[in-house]
Amino acid sequence: MSMELDVFVGNTTIMDEEVYQLWLDGYTVSDAVKIRMEGGVLSECEATSEVLLSDTMDQFRTFQMCERLLQSPTKLANQLLFQIPPQRQAMLIERYYEFDSVFAREVLGKKLSKGTKKDLDDISSKTGIALKSCRRQFDNFKRVFKVVEELRGPLVENIQHHFLLSDALARDYAAIVFFANSRFETGKRKLQYLSFQDFAFCAGQLISYWTVGAVGETTLWKSIMMEDMDVELEKEFLHDLKDLKVLINDKDMLDQHKSLVCGQLKGKIKVFNEMEANFKNLSRALVNIASKLTHTKDVRDLFIDLVEKFIEPCRSERWTVGDLRLFLTHYISCAHTLDTFRHQIIWDRYMSVIKSCILKMYHD
Amino acid sequence: MPGKLKAKIVAGRHLPVMDRASDLTDAFVEVKFGNTTFKTDVCPKSLNPQWNSEWFKFEVDDEELQDEPLQITVLDHDTYSANDAIGKVYIDIDPLLCSEAATVISGWFPIYDTIHGIRGEINVLVKVDLFNDLNRFRQSSCGVKFFCTTSVPQCYRAVVVHGFVEELVVNEDPEYQWIDRIRTPRASNEARQRLISLMSGELQRKIGLKVLEMGGNAVMGYLQCFDLEGESGLVVRAIGTACTLEKLTNTVAPSAPLNSSPSKDVKEPGFGEEVCPVPLCSGPPTPLRTQTFSSFSPSKSYSRQSSSSDTELSLTPKTGMGSGGSTGKEGGPLKTLLRQQTQSALEQREFPFFTLTGFPPGFLVHVGGVVSARSVKLLDRIHNPDEPETRDAWWEELRQEMKSHAKALGCHAVVGYSESTSICEEVCILSASGTAAILSSRWLQDGFVDGYTEHRFEETAPPGCGFCHIPYDECNMPFPAQLTHCCCCRKSKVPDVLFTTIDLPTDASVTGKGCLIQARLCRIKKKAQGEGNATAISNLLPFMEYELHTQLMNKLKLRGMNALFGLRVQISVGETMLLGLASATGVYLTALPNPGGIQIAGKTPSDITYEQHISNIQRKISDTIARNKELYEINPMEVMDEMIGSPIPEPRQRSRLFRSHSESSDEVSELDLSHGKKDAFVLEIDDTDAVEDIHSLLTDAPAPSGFYSCNTEIMPGINNWTSGLQMFTSVRVFRLSNANLTNQSLNKIFTDLCENLLKSLYFKLRSMVPCCLCHLNFTVAVPEDELIQVAVTAVAMSFDRDQSQDTFRQSEDRSLMKAMAENEEQLQFPLELSAESSSTKPPNSTKGLPEGSVSSATPRASSVDYSSFTDRCSSWIEQLRLKAHTIRRGSVKTTSSLEKASPLTDGRSRSLRSTRSYSGSSVTVVKMTPLSFIPGTKIVKYLGIINMFFIRETTSLREEGGVSCFLHAFIAEVFAMVRAHVAALGGNAVVSYSMKECVFMENPNKNQAQCLINVSGDAVVFIRDSELETTPQQPQSASTHTSSSGDGT
Repeated sequence: MSMELDVFVGNTTIMDEEVYQLWLDGYTVSDAVKIRMEGGVLSECEATSEVLLSDTMDQFRTFQMCERLLQSPTKLANQLLFQIPPQRQAMLIERYYEFDSVFAREVLGKKLSKGTKKDLDDISSKTGIALKSCRRQFDNFKRVFKVVEELRGPLVENIQHHFLLSDALARDYAAIVFFANSRFETGKRKLQYLSFQDFAFCAGQLISYWTVGAVGETTLWKSIMMEDMDVELEKEFLHDLKDLKVLINDKDMLDQHKSLVCGQLKGKIKVFNEMEANFKNLSRALVNIASKLTHTKDVRDLFIDLVEKFIEPCRSERWTVGDLRLFLTHYISCAHTLDTFRHQIIWDRYMSVIKSCILKMYHD
Repeated sequence: MPGKLKAKIVAGRHLPVMDRASDLTDAFVEVKFGNTTFKTDVCPKSLNPQWNSEWFKFEVDDEELQDEPLQITVLDHDTYSANDAIGKVYIDIDPLLCSEAATVISGWFPIYDTIHGIRGEINVLVKVDLFNDLNRFRQSSCGVKFFCTTSVPQCYRAVVVHGFVEELVVNEDPEYQWIDRIRTPRASNEARQRLISLMSGELQRKIGLKVLEMGGNAVMGYLQCFDLEGESGLVVRAIGTACTLEKLTNTVAPSAPLNSSPSKDVKEPGFGEEVCPVPLCSGPPTPLRTQTFSSFSPSKSYSRQSSSSDTELSLTPKTGMGSGGSTGKEGGPLKTLLRQQTQSALEQREFPFFTLTGFPPGFLVHVGGVVSARSVKLLDRIHNPDEPETRDAWWEELRQEMKSHAKALGCHAVVGYSESTSICEEVCILSASGTAAILSSRWLQDGFVDGYTEHRFEETAPPGCGFCHIPYDECNMPFPAQLTHCCCCRKSKVPDVLFTTIDLPTDASVTGKGCLIQARLCRIKKKAQGEGNATAISNLLPFMEYELHTQLMNKLKLRGMNALFGLRVQISVGETMLLGLASATGVYLTALPNPGGIQIAGKTPSDITYEQHISNIQRKISDTIARNKELYEINPMEVMDEMIGSPIPEPRQRSRLFRSHSESSDEVSELDLSHGKKDAFVLEIDDTDAVEDIHSLLTDAPAPSGFYSCNTEIMPGINNWTSGLQMFTSVRVFRLSNANLTNQSLNKIFTDLCENLLKSLYFKLRSMVPCCLCHLNFTVAVPEDELIQVAVTAVAMSFDRDQSQDTFRQSEDRSLMKAMAENEEQLQFPLELSAESSSTKPPNSTKGLPEGSVSSATPRASSVDYSSFTDRCSSWIEQLRLKAHTIRRGSVKTTSSLEKASPLTDGRSRSLRSTRSYSGSSVTVVKMTPLSFIPGTKIVKYLGIINMFFIRETTSLREEGGVSCFLHAFIAEVFAMVRAHVAALGGNAVVSYSMKECVFMENPNKNQAQCLINVSGDAVVFIRDSELETTPQQPQSASTHTSSSGDGT
């Protein structure tokens, strides 16, 4: 004796957000029922576990039927099969594209290819995220990547337009696409302490200031609608960064720079002595990173270089974030007062990004 | 050449990939009507083709226009091989033939394939130019309006109700033709879909002709069914009520039933002259007049009535003959006269049947009780499709029997009439059921004739109870029943219980709330063939009906109620069992006596333990009754004899006192003693059967708090609906193990199946609480030997809890509202219905209000303190306004709170904060409801009937995720297609929606499944009447914004 068939269809599609989340998280129907039971939903309506099972099955089925539409969200709005109020549609899409930052951190910078997809098993056991959920998240990354890869115009807007995502989520996707495209190194052990959000922030900075789209009005995204992709860093800019070498190669300039910075910081930071002793090394590190960025390999190593050559020395001398911020601020501004330094614009464009990245990455 | 049909194919979207190589499709479209076909150009390599075709023109007879659907086929062009069909769209163009309905069909239709389901959408434009045809002998009936709604549609008024129309057409079922062996399942399914569509069209046309012949212009309560008789053919039959409707031209609010329902309680009969011109409509008597009475042949059928009432006339408003006298007296001769009049009007009809379940006030005079007839037939092949005589004769027999049953109850008409079949192999059970009633002659014939005689007589019988009064002679009762004096008017006789198939009349006075009551029964039957099988079934039927009736009665008593409305008894036949399911809405009619408790009596009183056992059960039952009374707020006030007719409001303490009484369980029976005659209903436990019965009685779980349920249009006691609305269909199929099952275990399984289904529904819809599941209609079937299928379609409507909390406050509120709504109506004048009875009331008729309420003598109404009446009125308005606001705000709140409740874990990337506005989606929101109205709105236009039939088949059941996935997708697709058709007609809702057929067959071994679904309803345009509430005094000419774009719910 068994229930052969059991369906419930509403004119307005009924979807429980809690069940939707369980489905997205890759639970099986029976696990989802267990979790719901523990959540106390039974007492809400004098229901039995059978009722819960039937409801969960129904909803999982509905989500499955919707999945095809969620993969091209623009279709969801004008399809006829499910009558779903617009706010609900937005919720469905947003949730479908949301991802676990732990998972995203693992995939970040990797090629979104079949090969990586095979590694999902490992990622799943490492992060404790169900394989099914990993697959969905990975496929989402890949789908978004594929669509925007070919498109012109600003990345975030393209993502928003094609996938109807919220601004915040679209920015996260932009970061993922950007990393996947430039293949930045993020997997080294020394970089493990950095979270997805740290990298996403840095990606946002790079996209905003260093890409082709960022030329001209550096801060305004919207004015550059017609520009080419902002997935790639601007070649010309990277080339120009070589000119900054003068800051470390010209001994006078280096000394002058040091004394200006020390003058400004005296009495203002606790680690003044360490800073004074290390100034040349730190400055060399930053300028060397800049000058090497013409090589794709070195671009990929941007983050590991920042950590190894700058962040770690500072951390070992117990710089506080406040000290670091003051130092970087004056380090940048003092370069302007050097009489012989002519690359102010390049300097600012480079250092403003580096400064905010370092500050973001400077934690335990 | 009286018509020109024009169609234009605009574009397609979301087409499936037909060419694997290019991942694209080269689509073109064939447009076919009758025997003419046009083609569009091929739109190469696109999944979103733009054809923008010319107008394809078909010049056709209007007969053809009515019968044929427009058939649109989307194909993929293939240079080398045959073109592949992507899918089809059938468009019924009937709505375009009616001047008042839609003028153009334009919109996106899902492209449907019987194997793959919906495959993309196509945008189509269809128009019809009709030329006037004056040919008297024409075969078409363009212009006759069809309504599934079983009451007078909201923006119309009934001028004349002509009566019963029926028609039946038969054909061979394409699935069983020899050719089916060699063609694809797709071709066979499409042949069937097309044939049924054609037959429906023909049926509707033929019924239309009958209506025109009777002098009518519309059919209300149109009910079309098809019988898949397998080898022996396919029958499509329809019944309906012909009538002459008049569109209400001024936009004055015909308030929705929910508004008017409470108000009518106190409604004062109108006095004025007829002001609305009643168009002269002579209903030409049908020539046929059969006097034959069918004999009750035992093999054929069985029927039973449950009782009812009355004596006098208490005619309603305009029919005004009734005076409050008791039987005979002055009322006597008049009554006879009236009866004769009505009788003669009705006897001119072959069958005085009405498929309506809701009536204009005053139409329904007395209700006799449920009448039903069943007959078991053996199917044989239909030899000549043009002569469907056998099937006609079968139904004719059944109807004759119904007619004579009604006569036996002293009634001349049957209302709430319906017919159904259940087929298993070659055996077919035909059933007819309805409610015997006496109707006012006013609507039955020319309005002018009795227009004058009628309002000479003052109406005194309260409309709230008149229909309960027995129509038969007290001394000559057709069956044993206990009669008492009506508790409302104290003058006429009423029965102790009343069963009906109609909706609760809007003016009925009811105490407390109602609830769904179901009786369920399984009976095992031996496998047999032919006549032996038929005999076995007909022998079982009477017992089943009896048991269902007993169950209903017990459950009714258990809830402390005394009347059933919307009773629907369904008997389904399978090879090894019979299933019986009776559903109805129980209520406590104020007019009927308080039902006694249930008393358990044992047959062997000697045994002490046995006695204890019995007293145990007895206590449980009494407790349940008391709890139910509390739950459904049934606390009738006893009206003292000296109170009658006295205008002094009853002191409130009285009712309080009573309430506190009824709370303590054991007093219940004592309470009842106040009515000397009322004996408790005795249940004898003499065998295990009875013990089982009692057990099942007690295990019926009540709905969780916040939920109510009924199978009628409106729930008595709830009238403050919000706009929250959710129509749904749920289907379950249960497989029995092949172990030997007894009747008892089978019963338990079946009961559990129904109960669990209800529980699931409550759980699913818990976010709508407080809410009522309305029109909960179950259909059961035995698709295969060991399968039981239960399907339910209903609507969940949420309401405002505020008013339903404090019982006493509520009753006070309600009476106030009644008075208020009454006031409102009078200020707004012509209400749809009252327009008929009174047309214009002199403005000072507001003064009549207090008297009106008093004379109605309903206890609740009398508790209104009139001195502060006006104040309360205004506060009422305030309250309404507030409510209107909270409703709107409330709905927003729910969504946002849901968003907040999102269980985002910290690890999630970022929380949701999408506040972006979505550029308005192109899809119109279409509401669907099995009810005839949508709360808080006014239907301004009926666009035509929706009657669709779909077949879906799969040969890859497992790959599609099993039977549940298959059916889930199919039902969703059916909804989508209904919505698309309504939207294309320019509508934003379907009312009176029903899924009349859901035949599911599977063959898991072959990985196959097939399902047939037939749905129908009325496509309408509604507008929200939020203004109706805030400015109740104003005529609604400047009414509200059109919400065709709809809201989110």
